[in-house]
Amino acid sequence: MAKPNPADKKYSKDHEWAKDNSDGTATVGITDYAQEMLTDIVFVELPAIGKKVAKGAPLAVVESVKSVSDVFAPVSGEVIAVNGALEDDPALVNRDAFGEGWIAKMKMSDAAELGSLMDAAAYTSLIKEEKH
Amino acid sequence: MKKTPLYEKHEALHAKIIDFGGWAMPVQYTNVIDEHKTTRNAAGLFDICHMGEIEVRGKQALDLLQYSLTRNLQNQSIGQIKLAALLTREGGIIDDLTVYKIAQEHYMLVTNAGTRERDFFWLKELREEQALDCTLTDISEQTGKLDLQGPLAEEILRTLTYFDLSQLRYYHFAELKVMGEPGIISRSGYTGEDGFEIYASADIIGDIWDKLLAAGKDLGIKPVGLGARDTLRLEAGMMLNHQDMNETVTPLEIPYGWLVDMDKEFVGRPALQELQKSGPGKKLVGFIMTGRGIARHEYKVYQGAREIGVVTSGTFSPTLNKAIGLAFIETAAAITDAEISIAVRDTMCPAKIVKIPFYKRQK
Repeated sequence: MAKPNPADKKYSKDHEWAKDNSDGTATVGITDYAQEMLTDIVFVELPAIGKKVAKGAPLAVVESVKSVSDVFAPVSGEVIAVNGALEDDPALVNRDAFGEGWIAKMKMSDAAELGSLMDAAAYTSLIKEEKH
Repeated sequence: MKKTPLYEKHEALHAKIIDFGGWAMPVQYTNVIDEHKTTRNAAGLFDICHMGEIEVRGKQALDLLQYSLTRNLQNQSIGQIKLAALLTREGGIIDDLTVYKIAQEHYMLVTNAGTRERDFFWLKELREEQALDCTLTDISEQTGKLDLQGPLAEEILRTLTYFDLSQLRYYHFAELKVMGEPGIISRSGYTGEDGFEIYASADIIGDIWDKLLAAGKDLGIKPVGLGARDTLRLEAGMMLNHQDMNETVTPLEIPYGWLVDMDKEFVGRPALQELQKSGPGKKLVGFIMTGRGIARHEYKVYQGAREIGVVTSGTFSPTLNKAIGLAFIETAAAITDAEISIAVRDTMCPAKIVKIPFYKRQK
């Protein structure tokens, strides 16, 4: 069973999360539901620092043994940090998608975009529907 | 989508189901790495009911097979299996299939799921052309097939039959009773492990499935999906039809030269003789990624800045903990240990040509 979706994060319909760090930056990753669908993650292609990405555009790539999936930016902005630990241990995303398995930190170009994302309750009902 | 007799069992196990050439098949039950390692270390059970079985019987059954297939079957003994290729007249591979010699004038061909009809109609056409006296019967619908693979396979299978499985040599089979019903068990498979392929009536294949899972429970048996079947076969250096080969590829360009017996007449032989004279321009090789990145089907292969080929199969190898694959490259570049690069999205990733198999079990 997927872990509960934390209330301190906002969610996209593509199963990414963004956490507002209250300093104009957001930390982003994929949801626990997404890692559960992907199962064994064996490779994460991280974006270059300084890369500018628009909301909804490909930010990173996550690969399981069998599949290659884009991770889309939940907000627009510039990549200011990436989770280098994923290079040696991509399965961190499987073990702790909402924490140690974060993917990148972005300097948001429009923090208001966070408002267009789902809150935990809305996202939880979205994945409940997807499961049926 | 077509369903195998085991479909409801996969659903009950919450398997992830995919469309595999028109068949609703389980790609994984838990996750690919776990299922892969279970097969390498204990035993995995695979639903292979989608594959085809064609019976060839009659006075000239052997003549038809000799004319249709690349392999010389003259010395095949009863109870022995031979892998062979079925070619077009141009020498392209329609299918790689196994030939079970059940009795004199009685054979069973085990075909890939996606090529079953094509094989059947091509064999029929060749039979008419040569006016050979034998029957061809597609028995796929009534035939169920399970693969039980892994070091503990024999111990588990022993609970289902009185037959002494230790007497069964690799690539040999026995006709016997499985749960009281007639069946065939062969020591063979598609994983690089010891193991068996089990053929029985589609009506009882579900009971055999249940019985094997129960018998192997304490030994760690698990159902294994097509995802791990693919990583297992690739580590073992086994090729997959319609991925590593197709009708535009000849056996001489891939590690199937050993399936071709040029000393007899067969469909496609003249084309292969021509190709032998000129030498094939491309060759299928194995590679290991030496840096980051996982090569996938259809990624391009480079040497320096020059494009030299394309990846046919690529995956992460759970046993080696590295990315591995097969690629078609220019013959001149196909040198073991040579460094190549593979374009993974926007990045050129380093790789090295290696001999296959990538994995060989300890005997």
